[in-house]
Amino acid sequence: MAKAQLNAGMMIDGFRLEQRLHRGAMAVIWRVSHADFDFPIVMKVPFLDYEGDLSALVGFEVEQMIMAELTGSHVPRWIANGDFAVQPFIVMEYLPGPTLQGRMHGQVLGVESATSLGIAIADALSDLHHQHVLHLDLKPANVLFRASGEAVLIDFGLSRHEHFPDLLEEQFHRPTGTTEYMAPEQLLRVRSDTRSDLFALGAIMYQIATGELPFGAPDRIAQVRQRVWRDPLPPRVIRPEMPPALQEIILKCLEPMPDRRYRSAGELSFDLRHPDLVDLTERATRTERANLKTTFKRWMGVRKTMRAIYDSSTKPPPRAPIILVAVDLAPGQEELRHALLDTAVSVLANIPGARLACLNVMPTSLIVIDENVDAAGDNVHVQRIAELRRWAEALQLPRDKITYHLVEARSIPAAIIDFARSNKVDHLIIGARTLGGSGKNRVSAQVSAQALCSVSIVRTGISSSRQGGGETGEPLANPQPHQNPT
Amino acid sequence: MMIALFADVHANREALTACLADAEQEGAESHVFLGDLVGYGPDPVWVVEQVARMVENGALAVQGNHDAAVYDPAQRLSAVAQAAINWTRPRLAASHTDFLRMLPLDLNEDDRLYVHASAAAPPDWIYVMGPREAFQSFRATAQRLIFCGHTHIPALFNESATRLPLHHIPFDSRPMPLLSQRRWIAVLGAVGQPRDHNPAACYGLFDTTTNRLTYRRVPYDVDVTARKIASSGLPMVLAKRIVTGS
Repeated sequence: MAKAQLNAGMMIDGFRLEQRLHRGAMAVIWRVSHADFDFPIVMKVPFLDYEGDLSALVGFEVEQMIMAELTGSHVPRWIANGDFAVQPFIVMEYLPGPTLQGRMHGQVLGVESATSLGIAIADALSDLHHQHVLHLDLKPANVLFRASGEAVLIDFGLSRHEHFPDLLEEQFHRPTGTTEYMAPEQLLRVRSDTRSDLFALGAIMYQIATGELPFGAPDRIAQVRQRVWRDPLPPRVIRPEMPPALQEIILKCLEPMPDRRYRSAGELSFDLRHPDLVDLTERATRTERANLKTTFKRWMGVRKTMRAIYDSSTKPPPRAPIILVAVDLAPGQEELRHALLDTAVSVLANIPGARLACLNVMPTSLIVIDENVDAAGDNVHVQRIAELRRWAEALQLPRDKITYHLVEARSIPAAIIDFARSNKVDHLIIGARTLGGSGKNRVSAQVSAQALCSVSIVRTGISSSRQGGGETGEPLANPQPHQNPT
Repeated sequence: MMIALFADVHANREALTACLADAEQEGAESHVFLGDLVGYGPDPVWVVEQVARMVENGALAVQGNHDAAVYDPAQRLSAVAQAAINWTRPRLAASHTDFLRMLPLDLNEDDRLYVHASAAAPPDWIYVMGPREAFQSFRATAQRLIFCGHTHIPALFNESATRLPLHHIPFDSRPMPLLSQRRWIAVLGAVGQPRDHNPAACYGLFDTTTNRLTYRRVPYDVDVTARKIASSGLPMVLAKRIVTGS
């Protein structure tokens, strides 16, 4: 394998080698060309001829297998795989660097970059996890960015597809990964927990913000165990300008116990986008590492902790769905708001662990009028949030299970759809006004047609539409949720 | 080429009909029957005639232990299976029995071996349930892919250079790449009597171009088949089995 020396001008399976771009420890990357592809493409060719390292071979098999499955903007577009019997390779879309590692080289990107790049990488992870793939070797060298700012994840040689046989689990007797970013459960060779990737992202955001690694750079895999008993220095100690919410987010990602981290990349992305809604704990204000006594106690109990980490990591992950309810605060819609409440209760009851996001959209023009009238735009906002809170009081949800959002937009349905998409909402609840407007112009109709998630449309009974001349046609039960899975 | 693979049809007309229709819709171009056309189910004549017609038109079929038991009293079966074969035997005409008798124990096609149970000793009908049986089966052939049935439980094994083969429980109806540099044993679930607690009929679709295998699950009207079993004089437990998939 990889017998022949590769040279510019050589043809492999119809691809012409143009220029060697990069020579790594495991593989070489060539810029290649092919008549069928008018965008830049590269070929990754592994070194497989050095002595007996089976793991490199299996890693490349895994990468071929997984890349061929992945789609979307957060991975390089896959073009072709080369047969192992002839010349193994992967041809994929070329993405110009630098990688995140290159960007960080010799400089501290800072707190704001930690948030914006953190969001980009969390979104990429969320997409990857939705495609049933765990990266398991997330590090700055494996993150690129498109011109749009979207993060692109590369190097799937240690990855795992939840539906395929795990060739690596079979092959490795020792844990593998990059020590700086590795989650403790990876030491125990757990390869099935998406939260391992969130741990790595926590370490990356820490590094972007502070320029330092939360756990240093251990030489040996065994030293990774230290992070189970030894806290990272709180990043605000290094960067006092970091908001407490960001420290909370980063330290939550870096919790040794998977159950104490975010449950999904979507939830992490949500918190990064809405720092004012982050539920702050002791982590947010921590100013030093745990003292020696605590650390020693943790060290003494490390065997037990590792067992607990294993258990937490191997039991099925709890679902962390986000339910969005769009609340119309207009006068005269009390009955509809009440029906929304009823539906929210039943949806919440059916999705354990779900979080409710309450959204009100203010038409942009309305704000202008209000300002003209009472010149107190801010007060309008405060007033609206207060109304949302009052509406939701009856649900009696704990603080970490409910959030309130106010969005100003010209188009109400577009704002709701946008919000649902960017916050990875799983289920959307919206009321249908029974008065006014033709069917297809209604907000609820547009939202249900275009949203990417399931949508429940709530209607009130015939009684409320009496004044409207009974335009709903048939009498409807009260309330009448309409399931519209997409 | 898209190959549809059917194991353990067990005289279940409704299940086979549903799977054949699904395979046609999915673009299957050839058909392979991996043994046990009869036994347990109420429609042996229909199934044998259907498969015989398909074999005439190019489909492949190998023999299973229930097929052999129809003409060979030396085959050892469980009490219930034996009762079902005793019920089946007088219902088959000589031509049906001859068709079952003439089926080969295994067949090779390109890089694939088709066999009912373990390739290690086809007439011994060894269940490929775990890595050890998979290991023996791999050793018995040089073919890259082995397709078999007999266990009624879908499974996938891949050969390892250093260890016993890895056992994987496939996800339903999702194409899975069978990497071309590796050897694989695909144990198809049963068309006519699944035992993995999912009563939907199971068959395989293998795409030789993309090297992907899908374990398709096809729901069918089990109540119709169960009623036929109940009214035919076959052991009642067989009706319960297909309804619960156990």
